[in-house]
Amino acid sequence: MKLTGSCLALVVLFSSFAADESQLQPAANSQLRAVLRSDPKTLDPLLVEEESGDLIRYLTHGFLLRVNRRTQQPEPDAAASWKISPDGKRLLFRLRPGLRFSDGAPVTPADVVATFRRMMDPATKSPLAGAFDSGQGNLIVRAEGSTAVVLELPAPVAGVERLFDQVPVMPAGQLTGSVGLGAFVVASRQAGSQITLARNPYYWKRDPSGAPLPYLASIRFDIHSNRDVESLRLRRGEIHLVSSVDSETFDQLKSNQQVRTIDIGPSYDSEMLWFNQVSKAPGPEYKKQWFRSRAFRKAISHAINRADIARLVYRGLAEPASGPYPAANKLWFNSKVQPDAYSPESAARLLASDGFSRKDGSLVDRAGNRVEFSVVTNSGNKSRARIASLIQQDLAALGIRVSIVPLDFPSLIERITRTSAYEACLLGLVNVDPDPNGQMNVWLSSGANHQWNPRQASPETPWEAELDRLMRAQSSAASYKRRKAAFDRVQEIVSEQAPFIYLVSKHALAAASPRLAGLEPSPLTPALLWNADRLRLLPEQARP
Amino acid sequence: MSGLQVFAFAVLVLVVTVSLGAALWAPAPYEKQFREAPNAPPSARFPLGTDELGRDRLSRLLFGSRLSLLLAPAAALLSTGIAVCLGLAAAHFGGWIERAVLEASDLFSSVPWLFLLLAVRAMLPLNVPPITSVGITFALLGLLGWASGVRVVRAAVVNAAGSDFVLQARACGCAPRRILFVHLAAAILPVLTAQYWLAVPQFLLAEANLGILGLGVTEPLPSWGNMLADLQNVPAILEAPWRLAPALLLLLVLGCFQLVLSKKEVQP
Repeated sequence: MKLTGSCLALVVLFSSFAADESQLQPAANSQLRAVLRSDPKTLDPLLVEEESGDLIRYLTHGFLLRVNRRTQQPEPDAAASWKISPDGKRLLFRLRPGLRFSDGAPVTPADVVATFRRMMDPATKSPLAGAFDSGQGNLIVRAEGSTAVVLELPAPVAGVERLFDQVPVMPAGQLTGSVGLGAFVVASRQAGSQITLARNPYYWKRDPSGAPLPYLASIRFDIHSNRDVESLRLRRGEIHLVSSVDSETFDQLKSNQQVRTIDIGPSYDSEMLWFNQVSKAPGPEYKKQWFRSRAFRKAISHAINRADIARLVYRGLAEPASGPYPAANKLWFNSKVQPDAYSPESAARLLASDGFSRKDGSLVDRAGNRVEFSVVTNSGNKSRARIASLIQQDLAALGIRVSIVPLDFPSLIERITRTSAYEACLLGLVNVDPDPNGQMNVWLSSGANHQWNPRQASPETPWEAELDRLMRAQSSAASYKRRKAAFDRVQEIVSEQAPFIYLVSKHALAAASPRLAGLEPSPLTPALLWNADRLRLLPEQARP
Repeated sequence: MSGLQVFAFAVLVLVVTVSLGAALWAPAPYEKQFREAPNAPPSARFPLGTDELGRDRLSRLLFGSRLSLLLAPAAALLSTGIAVCLGLAAAHFGGWIERAVLEASDLFSSVPWLFLLLAVRAMLPLNVPPITSVGITFALLGLLGWASGVRVVRAAVVNAAGSDFVLQARACGCAPRRILFVHLAAAILPVLTAQYWLAVPQFLLAEANLGILGLGVTEPLPSWGNMLADLQNVPAILEAPWRLAPALLLLLVLGCFQLVLSKKEVQP
């Protein structure tokens, strides 16, 4: 009986495994449906600038190297291997044998050379070119034999491998088209309405069992910008995933059985407040003196209750932020830098040390000027409006009056980038690149995105000069250790001087249909579709 | 006035009276954040619950109603006043002045007022108290909202100008200014009154539209507009239907306005 019982149990067990295995097979001719929040301005992969175009490029093109969104490390793609010379100036890529473009044509080194030449041609105006342009000479690209390509850089560029993650390999004869090496090809496009991608029959990747990838037959993107409609469509089963949802919607989706919510963890995006330190900005001189005072900025930082922002605005799906990167950026986060603790007492002490005092319930400076300033932010962003309200009340406790001014985005950008006609700004920064090189424009005093005082002819403060030195050092250092040491110091200076008062690192939140298998969510974009070639859509009745 | 109109008028008076006395009835200051109680459901402490920042919804509704119900009529008065001045001038002087006023009216009617409002607002000084900011917002609404009224006023003046009493006044030697500001103004008063009361709900809605875009009354001041912005998230309303209170109040007020103004429909 025992034996029989065991055999019966084994048979049942095997049957259930067999059933599970069959259910986990992808649905035939499966089409993944999702939403793009804007119509790609161009499908020319060398000219793409915005998020939707970037996603289409990612899915339809191949790259010499790709950054694995899970490990955050570059790995081979169209290039089977690569080698960097000891001086960091010469890169040799060996192409994967047997590669074919989506039109069936074989890939040759001449295609790679033609792609890079077009990208670096000033007439192309490719936004990708800047990353390779050191200003010290031209990038030289040449074929070496029938399988290799050599790139010679005029000067070493730290973390240069990551730059190739965005440069597609295109056929020399069709450098503006959508023919590529990606898992999918553009099958149809209705401008402003829909883009459908179909499986690339010549895609080179295979799964561990040798089956060709991608599993999906096609991906259909409907184009609309309303996020509430997008989540409603997910609830109805009309689409299969939403790559980014806000915390309120996330909470609502949690209770829906038809939706799987995914908290990816701290995202790379920052929410921050900064004061205008531009010396030529319009406005009274005494206010500029407040904004240039480190004690004032640190006092404001200590007066803001970041935990309340995380709890009330993001429903606990955010962490108090200490600097430009969250702990999720394993390679570059400086764990020694901690968020400024909420302490109105510390804030009051710092303000007192800088000559501020209370008078009739208001904070006044040495000259008796009442401390009041305006905070501009973009209109229509509910989370940011709530953050502003919380800051307003936190600072009111110190006797500081804050006016919140929501502006439409073009007006806001005009003020913070051109006229400098503002006092403080509450905004977010989207980090698409986990490498500090992606933030050169932010930390260099000459940078356009050095928002508190952009485009300085020479650094106006010693600590900004030090930031310049450190950022240049990390960008040219060959070893990760030296780069990390330099960027750690950058994060410490930023924490000490508080030119940006970092508030919270919100979590990257996503949602998907339970039918979608193979997801490996990443805080890096594209969060859910970075491994689209391995995603499977299970039949309606089967869910993992 | 029919019974229904009397009832609607009484509701309007009640809403205005209650909102004017907001400081007396409100359970808490409108800006006070009870951070330990965000999104609280209705209770004895918070009769309409709290918002995401823990602010008492009833208090915000009362103060917001006061703001909207005071400033929308003020903006309507401003726009009607401008329409009267320009309409009178166009009808009385005729010629190029009339053409210029009508062209300007056409221009203002065809310009998307929302974008114009955004552009004008973006040029205003930033560091102003919230109450000044809201005053500026409504003043802008008033300054930009005269275009439709000016044609109505002009047409009424042109009609009245050909009437017997104006002819009589001229024959008696009345100065043009007296004819304009005494006789014609009195004749078009009913038109102006209707124009004014029609403009009030329009400005209430305009402020609500701006609020939904995040460009209306600035924090921490409440208004119907910024409270209505809360309703964009439909599932949240299903979870917390008391969030609908500002929308229901707006509907009630607009409905009552329509009933009070609509003669044909309510009078047999």
